[in-house]
Amino acid sequence: MAEIIHSKKALAVNPLKVSQPVGASLAFLGLAKSLPLMHGSQGCTAFGKVFFVRHFREPIPLQTTAMDQVSTIMGADDNIIEALRTLSDKSKPDIIGLVTTGLSETQGTDIHRAVKDFRAQYPQFAEVGVVAVNTPDYLGCLESGYALAIEAIVNTLVPETQCAGRRPKQVNVLASAMLTPGDIEAIRDWVEAFGLRAVILPDLGDSLDGHLVEAEYSALTLGGTPRVEIAAMGESTATLVLGPSLAKAADLLKAKTGVPDFRFAGLMGLDDCDAFTQALAEISGQPVPAKVERHRAQLQDAMVDSHFMLGFARIALAADPDLLGMQARFLAGMGAEVVAAVAPHRHESLAALPLARVLVGDLEDMELAARASDAQLVIANSHAAGSAARLGVPLLRAGFPQYDLVGGYARTWVGYRGSRQALFDIANLMLGQHHELEAFHSIYRTGVSVGHPDVRTPPAAGLVH
Amino acid sequence: MKASEIQALLDEPACDHNHKEKSGCARPKPGATAGGCSFDGAQIALLPIADVAHIVHGPIACAGSSWDNRGTRSSGPTLFRIGMTTDLSETDVVMGRGEKRLFHAIRQAIDSYAPAAVFVYNTCVTALIGDDVDAVCRAATEHWGVPVVPVDAAGFYGTKNLGNRLAGEAMFKHVIGTREPAPPPPRSDGRPTWDINLIGEYNIAGEFWHVAPLFDELGLRILCTLSGDSRFAEVQTMHRARVNMVVCAKALLNVARKMQQNFGIPFFEGSFYGVADMSAALRDFARLIGDPDLAARTEVVIAREEARSHAALEPWRERLAGKRVLLYTGGVKSWSIVSALQDLGMKVVATGTKKSTEEDKARIRELMGDETKMIDDGSPKALLSTYREYKADILIAGGRNLYTALKARIPFLDINQEREFGYAGYDGMVELARQLALSMESPVWEAVRRPAPWAAQQGPGSVLTA
Repeated sequence: MAEIIHSKKALAVNPLKVSQPVGASLAFLGLAKSLPLMHGSQGCTAFGKVFFVRHFREPIPLQTTAMDQVSTIMGADDNIIEALRTLSDKSKPDIIGLVTTGLSETQGTDIHRAVKDFRAQYPQFAEVGVVAVNTPDYLGCLESGYALAIEAIVNTLVPETQCAGRRPKQVNVLASAMLTPGDIEAIRDWVEAFGLRAVILPDLGDSLDGHLVEAEYSALTLGGTPRVEIAAMGESTATLVLGPSLAKAADLLKAKTGVPDFRFAGLMGLDDCDAFTQALAEISGQPVPAKVERHRAQLQDAMVDSHFMLGFARIALAADPDLLGMQARFLAGMGAEVVAAVAPHRHESLAALPLARVLVGDLEDMELAARASDAQLVIANSHAAGSAARLGVPLLRAGFPQYDLVGGYARTWVGYRGSRQALFDIANLMLGQHHELEAFHSIYRTGVSVGHPDVRTPPAAGLVH
Repeated sequence: MKASEIQALLDEPACDHNHKEKSGCARPKPGATAGGCSFDGAQIALLPIADVAHIVHGPIACAGSSWDNRGTRSSGPTLFRIGMTTDLSETDVVMGRGEKRLFHAIRQAIDSYAPAAVFVYNTCVTALIGDDVDAVCRAATEHWGVPVVPVDAAGFYGTKNLGNRLAGEAMFKHVIGTREPAPPPPRSDGRPTWDINLIGEYNIAGEFWHVAPLFDELGLRILCTLSGDSRFAEVQTMHRARVNMVVCAKALLNVARKMQQNFGIPFFEGSFYGVADMSAALRDFARLIGDPDLAARTEVVIAREEARSHAALEPWRERLAGKRVLLYTGGVKSWSIVSALQDLGMKVVATGTKKSTEEDKARIRELMGDETKMIDDGSPKALLSTYREYKADILIAGGRNLYTALKARIPFLDINQEREFGYAGYDGMVELARQLALSMESPVWEAVRRPAPWAAQQGPGSVLTA
C-alpha cells in the first residue's frame, strides 16, 4: 500500500503533467478517418500539434474552433458549429472528436447542445460521427483526458445491444494511454496467436505506428479503429481492459452490451503476461501456442540473467498513473527499489502499488526525491533529461513526450518480449555506470607505479553486483 | 488588456504593408486555422532571456505541452529552460485563488532559483476570470525586490505575431531604460566601441555565435539581443544603443520604432542569412554610425570573410547549382533565405506570400524573376501540388510541414525555431549548404519511391480526396 503525498508547492517546476485535451485528442487519433477538434484558442491546438508531431514524427491532424476575443466573451457555440460544418464538408471524416479546453470550459460552453444545434442545422452531415467530451485542463492529466474520450466514444458510438458473443472469435481491447503503438501491435499479435480477432479501441498501433503510404497527404487519421467495428463491439465474446484508468469506460461498455470483461493493470513482467495469456486461453479454448511458451521461457531466462543488475537498483519513476503502476510493479518484481515515484495526477489505483509512497507532483519533486535517495536510474519522459543530467544518472525514456529519441513511440514494453527487452536495457544502463572500487595504495608499497589505473575490459554481464 | 490597446498594436506604422488595404490580421476561421496564439508568440519572443524565471500563469495545457521546446541557446545560465507554471486547479479557477497562487509561485521561483527577474505570462483562463496579473507583479516586486514583469498576451487575444508585439510592448513598458550600461572596457587596439542592439534575433541552434566574433572585431558592442542568449540586465540598457537592427522578421518592429521615437535611436531591417545580406548588415551599421574609419574597416572584414566563405562554399556550389527550391516560410521574411539560396546558385521556383503585400510581391519579382510562383495557400495539399508542378528538388519550410514532406517522399529543410542547425553568418552558409545537400542527395528517396519487386503497382503520387 502506497501513501499518496500531494506536492504543496504553488509553482509547478518542470511539469510532468500533460493536459486532458491533449490526452483526449490522442484517443481520437487512434480511430480511423478521424479528426480531433479542440474547442479553444488556436494556440491550444498549435501546441498540441507540435507536441504530437515531435513525439510521433508524423503529420498530425488536429483542428481548432479558433476562439478569439469576441467569441470568448460573446459566446463561441457558433464557432463549434462552423468548425464542424467546415470539417464535415472539406475532409469528410467518419468521426470528429470535439474536445474542450480550459478556455471554453471557463467560459462555460455546452458542447452537447452545440452538437445538437449542428445536427439540426446541417442534416446533410448526419453521417459524420461527432463525439463530444469535456476535458478542462485544470483537472486531470493526459491519461485521464484520454480515458474520458474513450468513455465518450463508447457512450456515443456503441449501441445498446444484447448480443454478446455473436462473433465468437472477436474480442474487444480497451487500451490505456500508457500503451505505445509498438505495444498495440504486440497485443494484437498476442491475441491473434490464439485464433482470436481483436477490436482495439483506440488502435494507435494502426494509425501512429509511422508507416509510409501511397497517398501523400491526408487531413484525417490514416488507420485506427474503424467506426463500424466500434459499433460492433457489443457482439464480441469478451473485453480485455488494459489499464486502471479505463475502469469507467469498461463499466460503461459492459453495461451497454453485456460483454464480459477481464481487467489488467498492466502487461509487463511475468505475472502480468501470464494473467493475460491465461485469459486468452480461456476465452479461445485454445492451448497456449508453442511460440508464446518459448517467449515466456526467454523472459524467465532474461530475468535470471539481469537480476544481478536490477536487484536493489535504486530507480526514480515519473509517469501518468497507469504507466507508473505498470513499471513500478514490473521493477518490484525484479527486486529493484523504486525510491521515487511521481505521478502528475491522483488516481485511486496508485494507493494499491507496492511502494512506500507516491508523490503527486512535477519533475522537480522527482529530482529532489531521487537525489535524497541516491537514485541510480530515472525512468520518465524526455523532459526529465535535464533532471537526469543534474543527478548524473542515465534516463530511460517512457511516456509522453519523447522528442529527443527517434522511435520511442514504436518501442514495445509489454508482453514477454517487450518485458525482456526492458530488462536488457535497464541492466545495460546499470552496467554502464558501474564504478570500480578505488584502488588502495598502501604506504608500505614503495617503488610501485601508481600513475594510471588499470584499463580493463568491462566485466561480463552477470558478474557485477 | 483592452481591445483598443490590441487594436493599436495591430496598427504598426513602421510596417510598409500597413499603408495597403491589408491591415492587421484576419480573424481565424473555426475548423480551418493553423498556427500559434498570442501566448505562444510572446513566449517565443522572450523565453531566450536566459537568466529570467518564466512563469506561465494558467492551467497546465499552456506550459505542459510547450515547455523546453525551443531551439534557442544560451552561453551561460539555463534557467529559461526550467518549465514553470502555476498549474491552476479547478478549485483555483472557481474560487478565484489564481492571484494568491501566483504570488506564492513568484516567491517560490525567487527562493529556489534566484532569478535576475521573473516574467509572468497571462493565459486564456486567467485573462477570462480576470486575475489582476499586473497588480500581483507590482506587489511581488515591492515585496521581494526582484523585478517581476507581467506579459499580458493571452491566447485568445489573437495570433502569434500579435503575441510577439505584446511581448515587445511589455519590454518597452517595464524593462528597457531601467538601468544604465557600464562603460565599455578599453580595447587593446585602442579603437573606439559603439553600442548597438539586435532586435528579433533568437540565436536558434546557437547560430548567432557564427556572427558575434565579427562584431567584437569591429568594435560594435551588442548591448542586448532581444532576445537570443540575452540577460535581463542587458534588456534594461537597450535605450543607450547608437543603432538598432531589426533582424529578419517584422515581429518586434514596434520596439525599434518606439525606441526611435523615444530615444532617437535609428534602426534598419536586415538579416544574417546569406553572404550578401550578411555583408549588407555590417555595412548598414557602419553607415548609421557614420564613422569613416569603421566603414573602411568594415569593408576589409567583408572582403576577407566573403573570400573565405566563397572558397568554403565552392565545392557545395557545384553540387547545388541549378537545384530548384520551393520555399514556404509563412511569416518569416522570405528574401533573406532567398538571397542565401541564390548565393549557392539555386533557383527558388515558388515562395509563400500569404502575409505579403503588393510591395512585398514586387520585391519578390525583382529578386527572383517573373516566373516565380507565389503561393497564397499554405495547406499541405497545395504545397505538394506546387512542388510537383514546378519540379522542385527540395521543400524549405517550417517544422510543421516536415512530416508532410517526408510522407510525400520529398527532401526537406527545416528553417523554423525548433531546428537543430545554425545557418546565420558567413560560416552558417556552409552548414546550410551541407544540410541542403544531405537531404537532396540522400539515397533514401530513390529507395522509398521504388515499388516492391513483387508488386506491379503504380508509384506514389496520388493525393487522397479526404
